[in-house]
Amino acid sequence: MIHLRGITKQFGDYPALHGIDLDVAPGEFIALLGPSGSGKTTLLRIIAGLEFQDSGTVLLGGEDVSRTPVADRHVGFVFQHYALFRHMTVADNVAFGLSVRRGKHRIAKAARQARAEELLRLVQLEGLGSRYPGQLSGGQRQRVALARALAIEPRLLLLDEPFGALDAKVRKDLRRWLRDLHKAMGLTSIFVTHDQEEALELADRVVVMSQGRIEQIGAPDAVYMNPETPFVSHFVGETNRLPASGGEIHFRPHEITVTPDGSEAVLVDNVFRKGAVWRAEGLLEGSGQFVELDLPSSQDAPRLGQTIRFNPHRARMFNADGDHTQGDLP
Amino acid sequence: MSQQPTSESPLARAALITVALTFLGFFLLLPLLAVFSEALRQGAGPFLDALHTPDALAAIRLTLIIAAISVPLNMVFGVAASWAITKFQFPGKALLITLIDLPFSVSPVVSGLIFVLLFGANGLFGAWLAEHDLKIIFAVPGIVLATVFITFPFVARELIPLMLEQGKDDEEAAISLGATGWQTFWHVTLPNIRWGLLYGVLLCNARAMGEFGAVSVVSGHIRGETNTMPLHVEILYNEYDFVGAFAVASLLALLALVTLVAKTVLEWRFGLHAGARH
Amino acid sequence: MSARSTRWRQPSVLPGFGLSFGFTLAWLTLIVLIPLATIFLKAAGLGWSEFLAVGFSPRAMAAYQLSFGTAAAAGLVNAVFGLIVAWVLVRFDFTGKQVVSALVDLPFALPTAVAGIALTALYTPEGWIGQFLEPLGIKVAFTWIGITIALVFIGLPFVVRSVEPVLADLGREVEEAAATLGATRWQTFTRVIFPAIGPALLTGFALAFARGVGEYGSVIFISGNMPGRTEIAPLLIVTQLEQYAYAGATAIAVVMMLASFAVLLLINLIQAASRWRMGA
Repeated sequence: MIHLRGITKQFGDYPALHGIDLDVAPGEFIALLGPSGSGKTTLLRIIAGLEFQDSGTVLLGGEDVSRTPVADRHVGFVFQHYALFRHMTVADNVAFGLSVRRGKHRIAKAARQARAEELLRLVQLEGLGSRYPGQLSGGQRQRVALARALAIEPRLLLLDEPFGALDAKVRKDLRRWLRDLHKAMGLTSIFVTHDQEEALELADRVVVMSQGRIEQIGAPDAVYMNPETPFVSHFVGETNRLPASGGEIHFRPHEITVTPDGSEAVLVDNVFRKGAVWRAEGLLEGSGQFVELDLPSSQDAPRLGQTIRFNPHRARMFNADGDHTQGDLP
Repeated sequence: MSQQPTSESPLARAALITVALTFLGFFLLLPLLAVFSEALRQGAGPFLDALHTPDALAAIRLTLIIAAISVPLNMVFGVAASWAITKFQFPGKALLITLIDLPFSVSPVVSGLIFVLLFGANGLFGAWLAEHDLKIIFAVPGIVLATVFITFPFVARELIPLMLEQGKDDEEAAISLGATGWQTFWHVTLPNIRWGLLYGVLLCNARAMGEFGAVSVVSGHIRGETNTMPLHVEILYNEYDFVGAFAVASLLALLALVTLVAKTVLEWRFGLHAGARH
Repeated sequence: MSARSTRWRQPSVLPGFGLSFGFTLAWLTLIVLIPLATIFLKAAGLGWSEFLAVGFSPRAMAAYQLSFGTAAAAGLVNAVFGLIVAWVLVRFDFTGKQVVSALVDLPFALPTAVAGIALTALYTPEGWIGQFLEPLGIKVAFTWIGITIALVFIGLPFVVRSVEPVLADLGREVEEAAATLGATRWQTFTRVIFPAIGPALLTGFALAFARGVGEYGSVIFISGNMPGRTEIAPLLIVTQLEQYAYAGATAIAVVMMLASFAVLLLINLIQAASRWRMGA
């Protein structure tokens, strides 16, 4: 479906992307995950044709669109701040992409209106077509933006931080809804997010980016369980780091076994409930490293000042030269 | 490198910039240059001589006096009005703002006329004033009144949006820490708004010194007595003393340039912006 | 603070409402409201027939026609070129942009009489510009064209400063959205950008128009002031005053003021409607 080869982009002196390669299969739901400045939005905009790469090629459905203007790419784009046309009704917003078609692609007004209504029904905004975007809530606006992007029957749907501007509750509802819509319509979609939870929950595959490079591509479970770089280990999920000879050992707060003969000891200085578990925080004896541990909440809460001895039962070792090994520890 | 989707082609861009600059050149820059060129047409000597006549000096003095009276009056009013409007909630606020803006939508000539109708020889208070040997129209008080009316909204207009944006958290904090109302105003509010205030005063002053229509109606054009600089320009011009007229005009143009520079600096440095209606 | 006024406004811990509000209202009444009311009082004293006779005499009608016509023409010129100037200032970077932007405000800062004599000097047959127009048979000074040029000068910043913030606020995203939906650059301009800045452009036009109708200083030098031909309405008021024809001056002033207020009311309504639609 999409094949990116050696995409580079530079803004002035600032290198935004260094040679990105990425393949997306039809029907996939892909998350571009990374902190701000990682180049994820730039990559998305290059796929859309809103920016042009300095070198490399963009293939869409086998066609080289590297130099195709955005208007001719038939790619749906949903902007973080919706970018709705404020002076147009919701229905006119949705029908805009159809109304600008020229020549033999022209569609009669009645047909455009019918299509807009159909799409509004799809995004559950039936009957709001005559409102103006300013009269809708944030979640509703985002759905209008989505309907508008879908109206042109895009071969690819791109979403830039689609839930970034929404309340936590609305965000959660909209996520599930988008997931269902993606499946039901058989779309191929790529969305950008800095929220790892969002990426892990929604995507078929997660592309973790940092400083203009792809750090890891994989299924959410693989990215979480088997991070390939210290960056991914740190950025996706919570990680404790232990210094080791020649590198660092990373383990998640729950990847521990509490045992009186544990090799590590932590002096607990803070305890709170974190969902289904107790979270204990403190400094390691010896190294003084700060660690977070998850303990089953079926047991009594750890006390402040208590020393917990434990062994990481699963961890990853990252060498200073970037190699890593991982798996269950003895 | 392909073109960005939301920018014009270099050709369109160059064409637009050319059209804009040509238009501005013809309509704004050339008139400005013409003032100085005409003033110095016969060299620096006649230019300076024209400024040194007793009538010209009297006009300059009167203009400064008028500004020195009307600008502070409107400054105090502007601060008081902005305080009432931005720090309190009361019904009718929108109407009050509209009324403050009213002088902007009245023709300068009409602004002069209303004071003639009030205080002129045949005006509402004309007989009473004559009885008490008081003169407002064709005298300095009339010019001050007309100028205050014309420049009425300037300071308030700049301060209201600024103070609305700043909110009243700072003042409430000061009061909660035990400051009195005046202490709060002097030590909290005034430092917050001083650049905006200066900005408004600057625009107010430019208009006060340059006002022509309103002042023309109430002044009576008595040389050396009720002639402000803009009025003096008109008299000299109508007497075909073009060098004299443009010499005085060039002083006013300089004032305008200084105002523009100061305004630009304030905008650039403090992010202030004038509303569109002046 | 009395109990009644405490109810009238919402309570606040901040002091000084009575003082600042009282002073504001008193000063406003004294300087603006009473003087403005006088003119309507005076007009009411004329009676209908006299008001119509002096307010709509042939000479007055000719003056209105000239003032409103030239102000509208100048407003249209400014709407077109003001939009281009605003576009260039918001969208493009070029050397000297700061200076150009400052220059746009010149008509706000330059005394009108100075603008008037400068424009006249430019457009007389011997002037820098007039000398090139003279052989073409175009007379600017002392015709309605000259008046229009003076009003273009006066009105330009109103349009530019009204449109600029809206254009800057519009942001690139909506244009990008239009492009991703297949719109050409021209379609994006006509269907997305222009409608969005339309209310601001209209506001700028109306402000320039209202100012142009009442403008005096920059016009009287270049207009030639021939009754019935190049005599603008504000000048007619002054002429009437000089002849102690207070009734005529008052009637004409009232007609002009009502016309300006009507225009400004109209744009306020348009703006309120567009604000309501856009939910701001």
